[in-house]
Amino acid sequence: MVLDDPGLKHGAASPQARSDAPWQHDKNKDELEHIGKPIRKVDARSKVSGLTQYADDLTMPRMLHMKLLRSTMAHAELAHIDTSKAAEVPGVKGILTGKDMPMPFGILPVSQDEHALCPDHVRFVGDPIVAIAATEEEIAWDACRLVEVDYRELRTIGGVHEAAANEEPRLHDYGVRGNIHRLENLEFGDLADGFERADHIREDTFWFEGNTHLPLEQHASLAHFDKDGKLTIWSSTQTPHYLHRALARVLHPLPANRIRVIATPHGGGFGGKSDPFNHEICAAKMSMLTGRPVKVVLTREEVFWCHRGRHPVLMRSKIGVSKTGRITALDFHSFLDGGAYGSYGTASTFYTGALQTVTYAVENYHFRGARFFTNKAPCGPKRGHGTVQPRFALEVQLDKVACDLGIDPAKLRLDNLAPRESVTANYLRIGSMGLGACIEKVVEGSGWHERRGKKEVTKDGRIRGLGLACSSYLSGAGLPIYWNGMPHSGVQLQLDRSGLCTVFCGSTDIGQGSDSVLGWIVGEVLGINPLDIKVVTGDTDLTPVDLGSYSSRVTVMTGNAAMQAAERAREIVAKGVAKKIEVPASRLVFAEGRVFDAEDPETGMTFMEAVGIAEAQLGTIGTVGSYTPPKSAAKFRGGGVGPSPSYSYSATVVEVEVDPETGIYRVPKVWMAHDIGRALNPAIAMGQIEGSIYMGLGEAMMEEMAYRDRSHKGQRIFLHKIPSMLEYKSPSTLEMPDCVTYMIEDPDKNGPFGAKEVGQGPLLPIMPAVANAVFDAVDVRVDENPISCEKVFAAIQAKNEGKDARFGPALDATGIPDVDFGESLRIKTPWQGGDGTASNAPSRTKKAKK
Amino acid sequence: MSELNKVLATFQVNGEPHEVAFVPHKTLLEVLREEMALTGTKHGCELGECGTCTVQIGGMPVLSCLVLAVDAVGKDVRTVEGLAIGSDLAPLQDCMADLGGAQCGYCTPGVLMAADALLKDNTRPTRDEIKEALAGNLCRCTGYIKIFEAIELAAARMRGEDAEPSKESIYGS
Amino acid sequence: MLRLPKFAYHTPKDAVEAVRIAKQYGKEAMYVAGGTDLYPNMKRRHQTPQQVISLRDVPELHSMEVLPDGRLQIGAMVTLTTLEHYPHLLAHYKGFAHAVREISTPLLRNMGTIGGNLLLDTRCTYYDQSHEWRESIDYCMKKDGAICWVAPGSPRCWAVQSSDTVPVVCAMEAEIEFADEGGLRTLKADDLYQDDGIQYLTKKPEELLTKITLPAPGNWKASYLKLRRRDTYDFPVLGVGACLWFAEDGTIEKANVRLGGIGSYAMPATATEKLLVGKKLTDELIADAGAAAMKPARTMDNTDLDVYWRKKVAPIYVARALKACL
Ligand SMILES: Cc1cc2nc3c(=O)[nH]c(=O)nc-3n(C[C@H](O)[C@H](O)[C@H](O)COP(=O)(O)OP(=O)(O)OC[C@H]3O[C@@H](n4cnc5c(N)ncnc54)[C@H](O)[C@@H]3O)c2cc1C
Ligand code: SF4
Ligand code: FES
Ligand code: FES
Repeated sequence: MVLDDPGLKHGAASPQARSDAPWQHDKNKDELEHIGKPIRKVDARSKVSGLTQYADDLTMPRMLHMKLLRSTMAHAELAHIDTSKAAEVPGVKGILTGKDMPMPFGILPVSQDEHALCPDHVRFVGDPIVAIAATEEEIAWDACRLVEVDYRELRTIGGVHEAAANEEPRLHDYGVRGNIHRLENLEFGDLADGFERADHIREDTFWFEGNTHLPLEQHASLAHFDKDGKLTIWSSTQTPHYLHRALARVLHPLPANRIRVIATPHGGGFGGKSDPFNHEICAAKMSMLTGRPVKVVLTREEVFWCHRGRHPVLMRSKIGVSKTGRITALDFHSFLDGGAYGSYGTASTFYTGALQTVTYAVENYHFRGARFFTNKAPCGPKRGHGTVQPRFALEVQLDKVACDLGIDPAKLRLDNLAPRESVTANYLRIGSMGLGACIEKVVEGSGWHERRGKKEVTKDGRIRGLGLACSSYLSGAGLPIYWNGMPHSGVQLQLDRSGLCTVFCGSTDIGQGSDSVLGWIVGEVLGINPLDIKVVTGDTDLTPVDLGSYSSRVTVMTGNAAMQAAERAREIVAKGVAKKIEVPASRLVFAEGRVFDAEDPETGMTFMEAVGIAEAQLGTIGTVGSYTPPKSAAKFRGGGVGPSPSYSYSATVVEVEVDPETGIYRVPKVWMAHDIGRALNPAIAMGQIEGSIYMGLGEAMMEEMAYRDRSHKGQRIFLHKIPSMLEYKSPSTLEMPDCVTYMIEDPDKNGPFGAKEVGQGPLLPIMPAVANAVFDAVDVRVDENPISCEKVFAAIQAKNEGKDARFGPALDATGIPDVDFGESLRIKTPWQGGDGTASNAPSRTKKAKK
Repeated sequence: MSELNKVLATFQVNGEPHEVAFVPHKTLLEVLREEMALTGTKHGCELGECGTCTVQIGGMPVLSCLVLAVDAVGKDVRTVEGLAIGSDLAPLQDCMADLGGAQCGYCTPGVLMAADALLKDNTRPTRDEIKEALAGNLCRCTGYIKIFEAIELAAARMRGEDAEPSKESIYGS
Repeated sequence: MLRLPKFAYHTPKDAVEAVRIAKQYGKEAMYVAGGTDLYPNMKRRHQTPQQVISLRDVPELHSMEVLPDGRLQIGAMVTLTTLEHYPHLLAHYKGFAHAVREISTPLLRNMGTIGGNLLLDTRCTYYDQSHEWRESIDYCMKKDGAICWVAPGSPRCWAVQSSDTVPVVCAMEAEIEFADEGGLRTLKADDLYQDDGIQYLTKKPEELLTKITLPAPGNWKASYLKLRRRDTYDFPVLGVGACLWFAEDGTIEKANVRLGGIGSYAMPATATEKLLVGKKLTDELIADAGAAAMKPARTMDNTDLDVYWRKKVAPIYVARALKACL
C-alpha cells in the first residue's frame, strides 16, 4: 500500500508475516502493516521534484572554490613545488601543499598510507599535490596551471606481474616485502586428503579486470570552519563516521568534538565514496586556512582518480570433486592489483577467499591471497567487495566440472549446497539459506532443462545460450574496520507530543533506501505511518554512530537498532496508556496510528494522544537502540573478514545470443532469484535486484579500468586510458535486458523481521552466468572478465583453428606470478573437531629490510 | 556582440522570468544552477555523455551542459522544478516515486525531462520507444526497469486509465 | 565542473556576415552549429577559438527542400532529429536516414546538425581527453605536442574520421556547398576530406558549409552499418557506407564503399568496389567483396575496442552492408 496513493494495493502480507513466526515482534498484531508493502520511500517526493540537495547543490556566502593539482607522472619523487606564480593570480585566496598536512591517513588502521596532498612521492597519475582555493572555480583551475612541479621520475610498476618481479622501487615502505602489500595463507582441513579422495581434479586460471563504480554524481564537499572554531563538512560520503575520524587525525590538534560531518544525499556510491578522500580533507583545511566556506566538486576524470573500485585479480583455482560432483577440496590463489594505496585492500584480499564456502560445502579449503602495490588509482570496495572476482572463477569452474562429469550444472550446485544453520570450513556461521529454492526458481522460469544446449539460431543468425551461476553475500561485516567494542549501529528515537516520531541514526542513504528502512521499521513497531516519521541521518553532531553504508550492513544493523529503540519507546507509551485506560500493557496494540486494547479495539486512542499521556506521566520520551553483530566462530588471524549476521543467496540464468562471426553478443533476458530473508519493501528490493543485474551486466560485457601503457624514447606513459562517461562504457537503456525476478523469502533470525541483504548479492552471479551462457552457445570459454566480444571472437578463432577453445591467462608462470606465500596457517575444520583457532603460528612472512 | 563582459538577460524558466547577468561563455547548466539557484538540474560529465543535465527548450529535451545560456534567452526553458503543479506532483513524478524509479535520484531530473517530452508526443509509448527516448540518459542505480514501468504507468494514468503496476514488477514473479 | 574557456560570441544574421567575421579573425575563429562537438572539445581545451561564430540566426542554413530534379537539399543547420523524422528521407534515403539515427543519443540529435556532423573533428583516445590528461602524456601532435602516440615514428596524425554520415554521403556522391567571400562552390563529398588527422578537411577555415545535396532517388541503393560497443552514445569504430548503382537486370554498374572509423577519412575499399562492378549481388560475391576489404581496414589503436579484432570484423561488416543494398 502506497500511503499517499491508494492506487497501489497488492496482495496481503506474505505467509511469513503471521504472528507465530519468531521474527514477528508484536504478538498482538496478526498482520504486518507496513513491512512487506510497497510504500514510497521517505525521500521519494523530494527526489522526483528535483529538491533533494546533493553536496554540489549547497552554497554559502563568501564561498571559495577549490581545485587540486594532480600528478602527471605515474611514479615520481617530488623534488620541488613552486606555487609562487599561482599565488599572484587575482582571486586566489589559499594554497595548500603536502607539508601543511603531514599526518598520513587511510581507511584501515593497518594502512595509514595516504596524505591529503603528496608531500614527496606521487604514486599514480592523478595523485594530488597542491590545492588552490579562489573566488571562482575557473580561477583556481587557471592558477593550478601555473604551479611548477619538479618530478624525479621513478620506474613505474604497472601491474601484478611487474610488482611481483620488481622489489624496487617500492611504492611504500610498509607491507610484506618489495611491492607486496599483503600475503595471506590459510588452510582449513586436510587438502592432501581432499584431493586424494577426489575422482576428478581440475585446475584453471582466471583474470578479472578492474572496473569502477561510476556514480552519476561526481564527489563533492563543502567545508566551513565557522567563527566559533568549529568545522562542518557536507560531503557525498558513504561513511561519515570514518571521515570524521580521518579529519580528526589529519587536522590534529582540532578536537574531534569540534568536527561535524554531514553526509549529504548521495548521487550514487556503490562503494566509491567509502574512503576518506584527499579533497574532503583539503577542503576542511582550506576553510580553516582562509576562514571562508570552501567547496570542491571533482570532475568526472578526478572521480576515476579517486576510484577504490574493483581490484583486478588474477586467480588460480584447483578443485577436487567426487564422481557425483561433490566438492572434496578447493585450493584457491588470488593475486590482487591494489593500485597505489592500501584503502580497504587488506579486507579485499581476505574477501577474495572468504565466501567460497558459504554457497557450497567445501570440505577442505586452502586460500592464498596476495595484494600488490602498483602505480594505478587505488582499488577498494565496489558492490560485492572482493567476493565478485573469486565468484566468477568458481562458478565458471563449476560449469566446467559439470561439463567434465556430464552432470547438469544446476544439479551439481544443488548437490553441493552448504547446509543451513551450519558452520563452514572457515568458521562462517550460516543461518537461513535459500539458495536451493533460488536455483529451482530460475531453472524452472528459464526453461533451463528444455532450452539449454539447444543452440537455437535467431533470425539474424545468432546462437542462443543459457548460463547459470549462484552466489552469496554478507549482510554486513561482522567486525568494524577499527578495533573497538562499541556497537556498529546506534539509533535514537524521540517522541513528541505532536505525535511526531524522529529517528536519529548515523547511517547514510546512498539511494538504496536506508532512511526509509528506518521509517518502515519504526512505523511498524509503533503502528504509525512511516511517511509521518522524521528521519535524521548521517550527521556526526546529531546522530549516534553507524559505521556507514558498506558491506550491505545497513538494513540488518540499523534495522535491528531501530527495532530495539522503537520497542523501548512502545513499552514506555504502553505503560502510560495502560495506566490511563486500565488495560494491561501486554494487551495493547499499536496499529493504524492508534493504541488500543486487543480485546476491545474500540477502547484506545490516537498515537498522538498516547504519546501525550505517556509524556505527562513519565516525562520526555526518548529511547536508544543499538546493534552489534554476533561473535564470530573464527578465532584465527584473518578470521575477522567474512563473518556476518546472515548471508543472502542468489541464483541466475542469463540468456545470450552470440554472433559466431564477430563474437558480439547481446543479453535479451535474465532470470534472477534472490533469497532476501524478507523483503521489507518489495518494490524497493526489486529495484536493488534490477540495479544489481544492470551493474553485473556492465561488468560482464564492457566495463573496465583500462590503462594506457606506452613507451617512447625512454618515456613511459601509464595512466587510465578512458576516464570519461563516454569511453568507460556502461550499459544504456538499450542494453538492459528483460528481467524475471523472484524474491525468495527465507527469514533469518538475525535480521529485522527476518531481512537479509539485497543491494549487492544479485550482482555476483551475473558475470559467470554470462561466461557460461557464451559457452552454451558457441562452445568456447572466456576465463576473463569482462567477457568482451573481442575475447569471444578470439576464443572462437582458436576453436576454429583446432586450438584450445578458450581465452584466458596461461597456467604457467607467464600467467601466474611466482610468489612465495610462506607457511600456511593451519586451522582444523569444525568436522575435524577444530575450535576456530589455528594449530600452528607460522612466523609472519619475512619482513622487508628497510 | 563580441565583448567578454557580462550580459544581462531575461530567461523564461518554467514560465517565470528570471533576470540574470552572466558572462557569455557560460552554459545554460551553469546559469541555471549558479545564477538562478535552480539546482534541480544535475551534471555528471559536462561533456554530453550522461544525460544528467537534460532540460527542455521549447519542449525539446536537450543537454544544458552543451547549450550556451545566451542561446536560451527568449526561449521557453523547462526544468525539473517546473514539473509539479503547485505542490501536486505530476503523474510521471508520482509514478516514479511509487515504483522506486529514483534510487539515488541523481539521474532522475534528466530522466523526467526526457520522459516528459516523450509523453507529450506519444501518449502510448511502447517499451522500445521508451528505451529509445531514454537512450541518452544513463542511470547507474535502477537498471532502468523501474523507470520504464513508471513511465508506462504514468502514460496509462495520463490517458485516464485506472492503471496499477503489475504484480510482478513489485513482488517479483 | 568542466567549463568553457573565455571566448567572444558572434551571432551573424546571414551567411555573408558570418563569413566576414570568420575571415576577419582567421585562425582565432570557429563556427558553431549545435556545439555538440565543438563545446566538449573546448572544455577539454583541445579546440580553443577565441571567437565563436554561431550559425543559429543564419536563416538560409535552416531550410530543407526537394529540388525540381528530385535531389534533396539539406541546410547545414538542420538538426539530426529533424532529419530523422523527415518522411521523404525515410522513404527514399534509407541508408542515410539509418546513419543519422545511429548518431550519438536522441538528446544530442536534438542539438547536433548535419553540417556539424559532416565537419566533425577527427577523434583519438589520446586527444579526446582533458587538458590534464593530455598534459601527463606531454600532449600529441594534433594539439600542443610533438609526437603521435599512436604511431610514434610517424610524421603524421592518425586521428579517426568518426562521423556516421560521412561514409554514406561519400558513397552516395552527395554534393556539399560552401560559401566564402568569393561566393559559393560545390564539392563532391569525397573531395572535402583527406587522409590526415589534423588537416582532415580540404576547405579553408572561413568557408561556411551551407548545404548538402543528396542525389535524386534512382537506380541506386545505399546502406550504412555501424560497429560500436553500445547501441547509443558511441562513435563508430567502423562505419561502412555503401552505395550500389544497378542496371535494370540487377548488374552492378557502379559501386562505392567507404570505411569510416578506421582512418582519417572515409577510406574507399577499392578492391571491393572493383570486384562488384559488372556482377550481380549474390551471396558469394558479397562474401568475396567483404573479404577484399581486409586490406584497406588499417585499424589503429586509438579508438574503443581491440585493433586486431576491428580489422578482422571489417570484412564481415562490409559484406553485411552490401547485403543491405539488396
Ligand atoms: C557523447 C557524444 C556522442 C557522440 N556520438 C556521435 C556518433 O555516434 N556519431 C557521430 O557522427 N557523431 C557523434 N557525436 C558528435 C556530434 O554530436 C555530431 O557529430 C553532431 O552532428 C555534430 O553537429 P553539431 O552541430 O553539434 O556540431 P558543432 O559542434 O557545432 O560543430 C562541429 C564542427 O563543425 C564546424 N561547423 C559546424 N557547422 C558548420 C558550418 N555550417 N560551416 C562550417 N563549419 C561548421 C564547427 O566549427 C566544428 O568544428 C557525439 C557527440 C557526443 C558529445
Ligand atoms: S593520432 Fe597521434 S597525433 Fe593524432 S590525435 Fe592521436 S596521438 Fe595525437
Ligand atoms: S552533464 Fe553529462 S550530459 Fe550534460
Ligand atoms: S537513480 Fe541513481 S543514477 Fe539513476
